[in-house]
Amino acid sequence: MIDQTTEQATIAREELPAPGMTSRAWTGLTRFCRTKPLGAIGGLIVVMLVLVAALAPVLSPYDPRSTPALPWEAPNSTFILGADYVGRDVLSRLLYGARISLYVGMGSVLVGITASFIIGVALTYIGGIVDTVSQRIVDALMSLPGLLIALAIMAVVTPSLNTVILAIVIGMIAPVIRTVRSQVLSLRELDYVTAALAIGAPPWRIILRHIVPNCFATYLVLATYYLGFAIIIESSLSFLGVGTPPDQPSWGGMLVRAASAHVKSGPWLAIFPGLAIFIVVMGFNLLGDALRDVFDPRLRGR
Amino acid sequence: MSQYLVRRFLLFIPTMLLATVLVFGLFSIVPGDAAVFLLTGEDASGTVTNEDFERLREDLGLNRPIYIQYADWLWGVVRGDLGISLYYGQPFGLELIERFARTFELAVLAIVLAFVTAVPLGILSAMKQDSGLDYASRVIALIGIAMPTFWIGVLVIYGLVYGTGWLPPLEYAHLWEDPIQNLKLMVLPAAVIGFHDMAFTARVTRSAMLEVMREDYMRTARSKGLRELVVVGRHALKNAMLPVITVSGYQFGRLLGGVIIVEQIFVVPGVGNFLIDAINHRDFPVIQGVILMTAAVVLVLNLIIDMLYGILDPRIRYS
Repeated sequence: MIDQTTEQATIAREELPAPGMTSRAWTGLTRFCRTKPLGAIGGLIVVMLVLVAALAPVLSPYDPRSTPALPWEAPNSTFILGADYVGRDVLSRLLYGARISLYVGMGSVLVGITASFIIGVALTYIGGIVDTVSQRIVDALMSLPGLLIALAIMAVVTPSLNTVILAIVIGMIAPVIRTVRSQVLSLRELDYVTAALAIGAPPWRIILRHIVPNCFATYLVLATYYLGFAIIIESSLSFLGVGTPPDQPSWGGMLVRAASAHVKSGPWLAIFPGLAIFIVVMGFNLLGDALRDVFDPRLRGR
Repeated sequence: MSQYLVRRFLLFIPTMLLATVLVFGLFSIVPGDAAVFLLTGEDASGTVTNEDFERLREDLGLNRPIYIQYADWLWGVVRGDLGISLYYGQPFGLELIERFARTFELAVLAIVLAFVTAVPLGILSAMKQDSGLDYASRVIALIGIAMPTFWIGVLVIYGLVYGTGWLPPLEYAHLWEDPIQNLKLMVLPAAVIGFHDMAFTARVTRSAMLEVMREDYMRTARSKGLRELVVVGRHALKNAMLPVITVSGYQFGRLLGGVIIVEQIFVVPGVGNFLIDAINHRDFPVIQGVILMTAAVVLVLNLIIDMLYGILDPRIRYS
């Protein structure tokens, strides 16, 4: 009887976490903004990116594929950021471009970092010859820059947003596996894992209850950094003309025409898409730095 | 000592072999092999008869089992024969080496420029931690890391074209024939690539210096009355430079990636144009060649760095 009431009380407490949770999250958020102003700016940039991507159809004055302006029309009151080489509105294409950057970035990171985590954790636990051989494969993959791997993949697939994601994922997987592996190896030596082993916990329990939750911070930090990386690679591929199909308004693709023959015709085309990439990548980097500091106090102020 | 070097070298061989397997494997899992692309053209609009297809497959050796194809290709690579360009129908090994030499020159120039600027910046930043100078150099580093190299390149070209009416030169001069003209051509693209790398190196230098400054031997050096210049120069810098050099070495591969893009903007006839061309033509042997050569350069460089590291830092070879 007594047991039951305590149990009910516990349930009741757990069922009503809402006000406590939100206020705790709020305190955490305000403290984050106060102690990490740069990280907060990064977070703000990321939130803005998500909003712009979600609201692109509402915010854009024109259809990104239509040609309402004259080719190379300079920025004016109707076309605030000017028009491109066929007369498409640069502002609308930039706003829609946020969707591509965000889609490719999120897609690559969700697939790439998650896959690397599963592979990394599994390898450390399987160990032995499998681990040794796969570490050499990781070495071999790491000898190639991410951009070059992505380029090679794009040579053998049909260009589309999803194949671009695949190309980026293959390029990021090796360094992430390496990081995860060293993290898991050091976690495995910790006392609470030894304790869990000693009371006879099976490997899956140790992995799921002790190793994986403690890798969460690493996951978040890596995901933030690699979002920036993925956006840079996507725009580089599009800039080189082998990435996102040209009809899609990718920021990197918008720069191509500006870079080539028409150097003198429209500086606005060279400035704004590049600025967009720069601001967004900067946002993810700032946020990543701040998150790393919060999770790993030893690295503060580096 | 020699045991460490031998062990490190033995590790290099299987890694290099695996790199060849990866490079070869990638182009063997292609849905529809090179013969299809060759016959149907780039937009896959051509029509093909079955006999044509089989004959071409036989000519290219694509009808043999995959491991025989790999062994054949690897044997060629070992003898320095990278194969025949599918698009131009000619061997491309010599041209690739020539182009790679230019790319390599550009990369080395970039890394030198980056190092010369980044290391002093990083040291000053660490010594005057949280000063205005420190913040300024950290902001520069943040900007450099987030700015895509191709955007810097495009902006530099714009600035020059608007400011001076300068146009990227179309004539390329060889380093051996006309070194001055060659450097004139190379210095801008190298600076563009170097800026990105400089940002990264400055950051690593700063954090390595900060780490070293907290060490006991720094306090000892100061307390025995050595001048600050000696303390920083001889005690701190020596220890801080090791990680910086290692990280820069490992960055070299990434740097080569940047060079490929910047070459496009500054019209340097390096390996970048060659690769993009090959990708557009689905010229698989050429792509394989470029990637293999990059992997080889990076792996050899990593080997050299690790060996140097083993010689310079006794802690490594005894662990």
